[in-house]
Amino acid sequence: MTRIDVAITAEPLESRLSSEGRDGRSGAEVRFSGRVRDESGQVRALFLEHYPGMTERALRRIGEHARERWPLNAIEMIHRVGEIRVGEEIVRVVVWAGHRQAAFEACAFLMDVLKSQVPLWKKELTDDGWHWVEARERDAEAAARWMAPSSEGAR
Amino acid sequence: MIEVVFFAALRERVGEDSLRVTPPETVTTVAALCDWLAEQYPAVGQALDATPRRMVAINEQLAEPDSAVADGDTVALFPPVTGG
Repeated sequence: MTRIDVAITAEPLESRLSSEGRDGRSGAEVRFSGRVRDESGQVRALFLEHYPGMTERALRRIGEHARERWPLNAIEMIHRVGEIRVGEEIVRVVVWAGHRQAAFEACAFLMDVLKSQVPLWKKELTDDGWHWVEARERDAEAAARWMAPSSEGAR
Repeated sequence: MIEVVFFAALRERVGEDSLRVTPPETVTTVAALCDWLAEQYPAVGQALDATPRRMVAINEQLAEPDSAVADGDTVALFPPVTGG
């Protein structure tokens, strides 16, 4: 059974390590880390809000979708909330699989769907103060490409 | 009774985290609930007008404007998500 671990935390992600992947089953480990961009010096920090309970449940559900679609050994998804400084990790998605193609595709799928379906909202701090970040159409399009009936993801 | 919860920009515009409401039985969908809230609570009406792109969850599952709502449900209203 593919293990799925999800977490929401207000603590920095940088110190978190996983012991997954050393049992000889996983030839591939794909890790995506999303970090806070400074947008050419305009953004000083982000603040992430979530929906306690639903956010974790929604992360687990997209993990279950990935597990049904690709042969995976394990999935870890962790998202930070609260105030996050420029350069720090906001999100980390790690996928372990026997072979790389499933791991690459599942990791891309998880990030695309996370950005359009998991209840999390960003505020950014600029010289003018805090502002809510508007959702972008291209994020919805990135998620939609995985939903097309004939789609096998990036293939 | 239905619990309506708000998040992010919509929560700030409403000025409340949540409301406990008992709409009439004719209110059977998310869209009808939003219309009724706007009539009953002007601050909610203004906040909804200021947030035309919205998502909704019923009992922590994503739903649609025409999804059914019933007594005992928790209905969450929020702007499109921007995590990751």
